[in-house]
Amino acid sequence: MLNLAQIVQSHALSFFYLSSPDLLLGFDSDPALRNLVGVARQTPDLARDGVALRRFGQRIIERLGGKRIHPAWVVPGGVSRPLDASERDSILAEIPDARERAHRTLEWFKKNVASWTEEAAHFGDFPSLYMGLVHEGGNAAYSDGLLRVVDSSGWVMADGVDPRAYDEYLGETVEPWSYLKSTYFKPLGYPAGIYRVGPLARLNVAERLGTSAADAELAEYRDRLGRYPSSSFHYHYARLIEIVHCIDVIDEILSRPDILDPHVRARAQINRNEGVGVSEAPRGVLIHHYKVDDDGLVEWVNLVIATGHNNLAMNRSVLQTARHYIKGDQVKEGMLNRVEAVIRCYDPCLSCSTHAVGQMPLEVDIRDAEGSLLRQVSR
Amino acid sequence: MSKPRLATIWLDGCSGCHMSLLDMDERLFDITERVDIVYGALVDVKEFPEDVDVTLVEGAISSEDDLRKIYEVRRNTRVLVSLGDCAVTSNVPGMRNQIGPAAILERAYLENVTINPQLPGPMVPRLLAMSRPVHAVVKVDVFVPGCPPSADLIHSVLDDLISGRVPVTAGVTCFG
Repeated sequence: MLNLAQIVQSHALSFFYLSSPDLLLGFDSDPALRNLVGVARQTPDLARDGVALRRFGQRIIERLGGKRIHPAWVVPGGVSRPLDASERDSILAEIPDARERAHRTLEWFKKNVASWTEEAAHFGDFPSLYMGLVHEGGNAAYSDGLLRVVDSSGWVMADGVDPRAYDEYLGETVEPWSYLKSTYFKPLGYPAGIYRVGPLARLNVAERLGTSAADAELAEYRDRLGRYPSSSFHYHYARLIEIVHCIDVIDEILSRPDILDPHVRARAQINRNEGVGVSEAPRGVLIHHYKVDDDGLVEWVNLVIATGHNNLAMNRSVLQTARHYIKGDQVKEGMLNRVEAVIRCYDPCLSCSTHAVGQMPLEVDIRDAEGSLLRQVSR
Repeated sequence: MSKPRLATIWLDGCSGCHMSLLDMDERLFDITERVDIVYGALVDVKEFPEDVDVTLVEGAISSEDDLRKIYEVRRNTRVLVSLGDCAVTSNVPGMRNQIGPAAILERAYLENVTINPQLPGPMVPRLLAMSRPVHAVVKVDVFVPGCPPSADLIHSVLDDLISGRVPVTAGVTCFG
């Protein structure tokens, strides 16, 4: 439930705070107003829905873990304290409101999706592999699942993979121009083994989500876009469907008879020196691999994070968007903004996904067919 | 009277302090009515502006890029706030200080890779030998500890600063 609440708040942040300014006010609109405050001025209801959905997720985290950010509630062997009835009831009482806001936003997006046809066609639309966790039977899993990899025509490249064997399937490589490592699907090698994770990939690898309202939305999504949508622009749409799904699963979990069970933690000593954990973080598959000594002190760590899985795909998307929108001598701000917006589709961790530069300087070199530099533009 | 000019910047931290800032929820809109946000993660401004009244700094000073930015921030800011434990003590980024950047870079980019082991560079900012708190590099006017400081605390600090009061954080927040 903590993970699902985190997905709701993180998706709300990505969609409303970071991407809705482009979608609502326009990719070419005045950059001075192209932010959440600008959205709040133009459509206060949409901005309020965003704040409320993020708060819904954050409050669940606070009620379970004691604080909204970095709660120390999840501990080896379980969690540090059980849920009490009043907390459960408070969360349940907020669900109808959150559900209504999530559906309203999804309807707004669907009503407007036709106006972004050009972006959808050039924001990272290419075949790749997709990876995500699924339960036995094919429902999307956000924890306790097994890895599945499919290609863009649905061919299953790997299935039922125990996350402990991640190393057999995923390779890591270093590019000299980034501290972010790139991963690739080992059987296809580098760079052919390019794959995507996160909302778009999860909806592609799963047969269904497993809650009725979200599955109805998923069926409509597939009617509109095909069974395996390949444009990263559709991360937005997938994210909104996942918000609906996560709210409904939280509701289901809270309605289980054992949800208030006080037995929430097993205690044990170090009985193994190595372990791998995997979950679906908001942005995609997250792998933690640890080695500890006999006192439990960490000696070695490898983290394979969603933004790393998506690194090759993000770079290819930037190239595609830049090639399509940046042409000739007239390079307008809105064209360069689209090159940043395609990165925001992936919702990489905040430094890259935000508009602030110092944090993300953008420079585009325009070269002729021989590779000579014609012009350099930046924003 | 023109509104106070507020900036936020994120150096070597996890963005948790910025998340906590967003946890002000609807109060965020009240604050944005009272100040002009001139730089930060939620506005599309590429260069740090001149003449900023208040800058909230999240994160420690760990790379050459952090160093360049903090000098620029200090030069253009009247009240500089160290927001959160990484800015105030260097916290988690400072855990590497006993190991040194060379060993860390080797582990990440030479050992734990499948192909193309190499140290990133020269287009990425070099890591400094030590990750340091902000006040070890430039003068800091207000310290707000917490990992992260709560949204209520950030709101009250901003409310004080916007109204021209000196915020008192001693006794109302702690590390962690």
